[in-house]
Amino acid sequence: MLNTASETSSTIRVASRWFGFSRWRGAGTAVVRWLGSVALTLFGLVLVTFAMTRLSPVDPVLQLVGDHASASTYAAARLELGLDRPLAVQFGRYLVRVGHGDLGQASSTGQPVAADIARTFSATLELATVAIVIGAASGLALGIIAAMRSGGIIDAAARIVSLVGYSIPIFWLGLLFLLLFYARLHWAPGPGRLDVLYQYTLRPVTGFALIDTALSGTAGAFRSAVAHLVLPALVLALYALAGITRLSRGAVLEQLGQEYVLTARAKGAGPWRVVFVHVLPNVTGPLLTIVALAYASLLEGAVLTETVFAWPGIGRYLTVALFAGDTAAILGATLTIGSAFILLNSLTDLAVARTGRGRDR
Amino acid sequence: MTDVLLRVEALTVAAGAATLVGGISFTVGREKLAIVGESGSGKSLTARAIIGLLPPGVRRTGGRIALGDRILTTTGWQGVRGRRIGFVPQDPKYALNPAHRIGRQVEEALVLHSRLSAGERRERALDMLHRVGFPDPQRAYRAYPGEVSGGMGQRAMIAAMVIAGPDLLIADEPTSALDHALRDQILDLLGGLTDDTGMGLVLISHDLRQVARFADRVLVMQRGILVDRLDAGALAQAGHPYTRALWRAHPSAASYGTRLPEAIEETLQP
Amino acid sequence: MMATMPTAPSPGLARLMRSPAALFGLGMIGLMIVVAVLAPVLAPFDPNLQDIANRLARPSAQHWLGTDGFGRDQVSRLFYGVRPTLLLVILVAALMAPLGVAVGVVAGYCGGLVERALMRVTDIVMSFPRLLLAFAFVAILGPGLINGGLALALTSWPAYARQARVETVALRDHDYLAAAEMVGIRGWRLIVGHVLPLVLPSTIIRLALDLAGIILAAAGLGFLGLGVRPPTAEWGSMVADGTPVIFDEWWLTAAPGCAIFLASLAFNLLADGLRDVLDPRHD
Ligand SMILES: Nc1ncnc2c1ncn2[C@@H]1O[C@H](COP(=O)(O)OP(=O)(O)OP(=O)(O)O)[C@@H](O)[C@H]1O
Ligand SMILES: [Mg+2]
Repeated sequence: MLNTASETSSTIRVASRWFGFSRWRGAGTAVVRWLGSVALTLFGLVLVTFAMTRLSPVDPVLQLVGDHASASTYAAARLELGLDRPLAVQFGRYLVRVGHGDLGQASSTGQPVAADIARTFSATLELATVAIVIGAASGLALGIIAAMRSGGIIDAAARIVSLVGYSIPIFWLGLLFLLLFYARLHWAPGPGRLDVLYQYTLRPVTGFALIDTALSGTAGAFRSAVAHLVLPALVLALYALAGITRLSRGAVLEQLGQEYVLTARAKGAGPWRVVFVHVLPNVTGPLLTIVALAYASLLEGAVLTETVFAWPGIGRYLTVALFAGDTAAILGATLTIGSAFILLNSLTDLAVARTGRGRDR
Repeated sequence: MTDVLLRVEALTVAAGAATLVGGISFTVGREKLAIVGESGSGKSLTARAIIGLLPPGVRRTGGRIALGDRILTTTGWQGVRGRRIGFVPQDPKYALNPAHRIGRQVEEALVLHSRLSAGERRERALDMLHRVGFPDPQRAYRAYPGEVSGGMGQRAMIAAMVIAGPDLLIADEPTSALDHALRDQILDLLGGLTDDTGMGLVLISHDLRQVARFADRVLVMQRGILVDRLDAGALAQAGHPYTRALWRAHPSAASYGTRLPEAIEETLQP
Repeated sequence: MMATMPTAPSPGLARLMRSPAALFGLGMIGLMIVVAVLAPVLAPFDPNLQDIANRLARPSAQHWLGTDGFGRDQVSRLFYGVRPTLLLVILVAALMAPLGVAVGVVAGYCGGLVERALMRVTDIVMSFPRLLLAFAFVAILGPGLINGGLALALTSWPAYARQARVETVALRDHDYLAAAEMVGIRGWRLIVGHVLPLVLPSTIIRLALDLAGIILAAAGLGFLGLGVRPPTAEWGSMVADGTPVIFDEWWLTAAPGCAIFLASLAFNLLADGLRDVLDPRHD
């Protein structure tokens, strides 16, 4: 929701800096540097979450032993948690634990947080992936056509769509969709991921409802999975669409003013050929970055959307943990979504750097 | 010379209310015709009006352009651009697509305008690259524009525009982005191709000395109109004051793109 | 976007006035301020006055948008709801822009190791998921306006820092900085005097754009129950309050959501208009 246009263009700039780098020192060094920067960013994320636990007004010892524990039980638990050690040591231990995938015990579910996340993450991934496919396809199409007919009706429509997408509260849009398409029109099923009928009989193979229901061979189950996915995916897609439309329009429009476009037209290429054959290869890097950034931001947007649609993903897990005051689960989910976000963004940078090699001047 | 390839009559080009080319007429035969004039006199807009690719906001507002017996309107360019008219822009650094290999760019006119197979196209492209002076056409074919020098880039550009065998080639200052040493080579190449293929060549230039050596005829433009037309050989003894002023004002790298000195401007006020 | 931008106040303002979108945005923001200040006068009822006998009343001449689950007048709550939104916007703007500009100027002026370290931190924070960290931060430190504002500001400053650093470095390398130091003008004063006007236009555009997102983030916090505490009227939490009855009393959800949308739209439109005026190279 906070990813603005200029934000993304600065990321594109960062990406192109990476490209320049790989040209000068060779790809090997670039990858090493890339790894270093990813590691540092992830380290920063862990540090921030650790700082949150220390700033929290909730006493982790009391949370463990309960309000009525004796002073000696309290002291023993405190010792066991290592809270008597210097902060640096505590952080070191935290880092090692997180590094081993130990995110603690969720008080709300009674399960290890890592296990909870492993169970819920696939639902989020499924939702975000379907949404980005819809959002990227329509956003790129709209952005490209808006650039080709800049100043025309489609351009104006694209501008309105992206303004609305940038301004609309995503959770509210989800509610409106439910009201309209579920309660009033009965076009879509209500919240959830599957009809109750299938929910408990389905054997989870991959964790992706679309695939699992398809494997189950029950047509009704698959239909139910698709139907439940449509509304939340459309909401998230619109959220992605806003940025993708606007940024891809800008990228293509800039290229259309280049002289090689004039040359191509002088050879007799029509407007569509100019865009698809000549311009697009020159903007794959930026477009890739734009879509990947939108994908990453969908992981964030999933928190609110999943809550509205009772979608059993990591975002909903996080909000349930918020209500329960379950610190371990909140931090675990934050670390996981945050790491995925950071990795996705960094991988894009690297991919852009690789595809750009060798042919740009 | 009897063969008229292109006939331009009373061509006007305008941006909004401002007239940028004010009704010019000329013909081009199987010859080397040069258009000269100070910066901003409308040479490029004339060229781009002929190929129907004026910049956004600029429109052809009147006149008639005929290529052979085909009237070129503002629509209906099928089979004209790239097939019957080629256009070589100024700077190969920007005019070549950085994302396509040179071979692909040279072939493109054949993709668009012929039914040759991929193998035949490749052969023609390699042959063309050889003709424009690439010692190793195979390698040039695979290279990206960023990997060749400016002079070679311009040769590739010319190859791409001549490969479909156009009747007319328009070159808009094809040498001004290049080092001095390369300019004559590129002009020789253009001249050779013109003579070999029998096409017409319109060369837009700043450099009157260059034009005097190279072209057959010269058109002189000032503020959107043709003020003088003469044989290239007569440039040194030009009668028109503006042409004489241009001849005296030796263009150099430093003065490229600038207007003529004020003093000259004033003497030329109509 | 990064380089020097022209600072032409009066013609710029005139052009802004000619952009209907920007005018609309500006007008909406002005309206929000008026409503926030005059809420006690404008609101027909006390926003927290419960009337259990008259709960979930349909819209009527008395209650234009009906009453909520506690019988509170929805229109009055909408009016009062502007206040936390604007307060948060002001809080975040007052924190993140100065923080970012300060980091950028220090980095650019000091150069060397300080610059490298600060910009590294900037890069790291820039790639954090901002909304998510804000959720976690508020969830752990406790809900409330201040925590929400802090959380959003602490993750939103890097873009300002980058911009300010670029301008400062450009100035640092400029000869007249050395000349000024020779005649005894302290570098810092010069930097502040010169860099601030330079970074101001781009900072304002970015601020308008960021604030549109901040409004949505704040509403999201409110929706999750992490915003201002009840019973204070806040749009995001009003949407949440309306959710259980959305299928019958849909207007209780629709109205506050609309308010959030329009508020965010106002800032986005203003940002667009400002960009056209202050950054001519855009598009
Ligand atoms: N896109 C445009 N919109 C408005 N005016 C334009 C545009 N392009 C060119 N002009 C104007 O048209 C006039 C002629 O431009 P043109 O490019 O044809 O000059 P030229 O003779 O080619 O000059 P040069 O030698 O510098 O290339 C100039 O005064 C220029 O300012
Ligand atoms: Mg020109």
